[in-house]
Amino acid sequence: MTGYRLRVALGLLLCPGFVWSAEKPNSCVECHKQVEGQTRGPATLAAEDVHFQRGLSCVDCHGGDPTAMDPQAAMDPAKGFLGRPRREQIPQFCARCHADPATMRKYNPNLPTDQYAKYLTSQHGKRFSVGDADVPVCISCHEAHGIRSKKDPASPVYPTNIPGTCASCHSDASIMDKHGLPVNQHWDYSQSVHGQALLFRGDRAAPHCASCHGSHEAAKPRTVAIGNVCAQCHSLTRDLFAKSPHKAAHEALGLPECEVCHGNHLIRKPSDEMLGTGQDAVCVSCHEPGSTGYVTAQQMRSAIEQLKTHMASAEAAVRHAAELGMDVGDAEFELREAMTQLTQERTYVHSFSAATMEPIAEEGTHHALRAEGQARQAIREFHFRRQGLWVTLIILALVVSGLLLKIRDLERSDSTDKMDDTSPRDSS
Amino acid sequence: MGYFEHLRAFLHERYRLGGLVDLATHKTVPIHRHSVWYYWGGMTLVLIGIQIISGVLLLLYYRPSAQEAFESVRFLMTRVQFGWLVRSVHAWAANLAIFCAMVHLASVFFLKAYRPPRELTWVTGVVLLFLLFGFGFTGYLLPWNTLAFFATKVGTEIAGIVPVVGPVVQIFLRGGSDVGDVTITRFFWLHVAILPIGLMTLLSLHLLMIQLQGMSKPPWVKSNRSMPFFPNFFLRDLVAWSLILGIVLCVSVHWPATLGEKADPFAPTPVGIQPEWYFLWMFQTLKIFPGHLFGLEGELVAVGLTGLAGLALLLVPWLDRPARREQSSWLVWAVGVLGIAYVVGMTGYALWVKPH
Repeated sequence: MTGYRLRVALGLLLCPGFVWSAEKPNSCVECHKQVEGQTRGPATLAAEDVHFQRGLSCVDCHGGDPTAMDPQAAMDPAKGFLGRPRREQIPQFCARCHADPATMRKYNPNLPTDQYAKYLTSQHGKRFSVGDADVPVCISCHEAHGIRSKKDPASPVYPTNIPGTCASCHSDASIMDKHGLPVNQHWDYSQSVHGQALLFRGDRAAPHCASCHGSHEAAKPRTVAIGNVCAQCHSLTRDLFAKSPHKAAHEALGLPECEVCHGNHLIRKPSDEMLGTGQDAVCVSCHEPGSTGYVTAQQMRSAIEQLKTHMASAEAAVRHAAELGMDVGDAEFELREAMTQLTQERTYVHSFSAATMEPIAEEGTHHALRAEGQARQAIREFHFRRQGLWVTLIILALVVSGLLLKIRDLERSDSTDKMDDTSPRDSS
Repeated sequence: MGYFEHLRAFLHERYRLGGLVDLATHKTVPIHRHSVWYYWGGMTLVLIGIQIISGVLLLLYYRPSAQEAFESVRFLMTRVQFGWLVRSVHAWAANLAIFCAMVHLASVFFLKAYRPPRELTWVTGVVLLFLLFGFGFTGYLLPWNTLAFFATKVGTEIAGIVPVVGPVVQIFLRGGSDVGDVTITRFFWLHVAILPIGLMTLLSLHLLMIQLQGMSKPPWVKSNRSMPFFPNFFLRDLVAWSLILGIVLCVSVHWPATLGEKADPFAPTPVGIQPEWYFLWMFQTLKIFPGHLFGLEGELVAVGLTGLAGLALLLVPWLDRPARREQSSWLVWAVGVLGIAYVVGMTGYALWVKPH
């Protein structure tokens, strides 16, 4: 104990920042910076911490007296020193401020104050309440010191970091096995269209774990809510689905809407093969051959394939025209329009009605045919230009031949007429 | 008497055209082994004619403003019947005209046709070549595409290097501190009004001098063989003109002028921006010049030397003193060969380094 005090006293003497600083003295940081071991950490992280950046300090969470230079006096329980909260105290410890609108308004009026309340409703919070030591508390995701804003790319709760943060427990079999939970969600998600977009393309509009499960209120999206979860982004698809015959059927059978065909964590980029009655078609897992649903699935698929065939033919023509060096700007515009219709047609699959898709297919085909017509016109124009050039060159060749003949004629008569005149001049 | 004879009599009576007609009918063209070079001036002339005709047609659709220039050219090329051909011919004939003018200049130089009494024919010819460069430089910007925009930016920056007058010329050309809407108006004004006036005036003088003085013959050619200009040589000229017209049409159809992307003044300068080929040798000279030379800015020295070379070219009839005495000089010949080698070499070097 004497050695510790000596070290602290020595540290204080050697610390010019503390002795000469004109700022409000903070003996916590100054002392903890000098000591070795676990308690040194918080002091070094202070500068990165969002609380520090907003003018808060150690004392605002831990209590005590930062003006006292003597460690005993600074960390005196009589001066409200709380010390290090135990794990089971943490949610409430943070909630002292974060659940108090009056306090939060002083520092960050935009920040909600319902995290603690939501946490208690979550599976994490419920397990926490019954003393489960495996579940996360605030610092599990946000860190204890050096807490960064969620907008800071280095924060563990920044969108692109969230899947990794959740996976630190949910991919750990030693924890998950005890609760009978799988550990493949992160792997599945990282292979999905969403995970690829967020983790590999850095597209922060793509959903992460919390986008569907919630963050503080984290829960399984229950069967009836899945459609609404997906509709946060895929709203048109959801509206079409809600008006489709599938809605009532799913409700009656207790099926989880979107998830039935698309899965959950491992949501692949949907392909046209999913539609119809082929090998990879999802429709046939419910609809028997010959049933209305089976026929509709076939019709919808063939509507899409028809448009794709028209577009492929138009694309080939446009490419050919472009290779010939013709301007295909207008045809390319028509092709883009057709592509827009194809995308819309694919969305309208979720109306599960061939009749709804028909006008879109017609519109798309119209644009594809126009594109092809323009490209073919450009190819014809190319050949017309080449032929025109040949005709012109032939005419020019005739003119040149005529001129050459005329010159020969002229000079032959010249030489016979004026032979006598020119010869002496040449020799002179 | 036919109608034509009546008309001729009518004009003769009033304007005494006899002298001019006599000049044309009595003019002869010397025949020797260098006669082939006599065609290049005529080819340049016919290409300039093509430029005037195609340029006037382009004026029907072209709109000189940063907002509309690109779109109007695009419209011309995609919607207007034969619009693509007119623009392609204008672009190709411009390059060929400059090429033919350069060959014409070189042949006149080596055949020493600038000897007295034809000094002023040479001077007007050199100024005409400079005017063609001006046409090329101003016309290049008009479609307002990315390449043209940045090439003009770089080009006008080079103009700004010249001490004292440089910055003034630069501001005058750009119509402000940067290339923009006003620049396009000014370049259009130069391209279709000012330069054509200069070209027509000088070209008329150039042709008139040739008509008055006849064709020159190199000092070392002693033979007096000749052919009448009209119709013998003129028919041969027509053959050459038909060939050049055929070439213009072939390249215009096979490699039509492209338009590229519309210029974006806020975009960063793309890498590898180069001017048209006939400016490349000057551009490359500027690029390889050391930063400092004899305590002066390297760029300034390079621009200064190019300017001096231009002046020397203009004054060749007086600088080549032996030629004034009807003598050939190996020194003048060597200077000419070295000059051509430099221009060709630098152009080749610039084209070679471009992809890197």
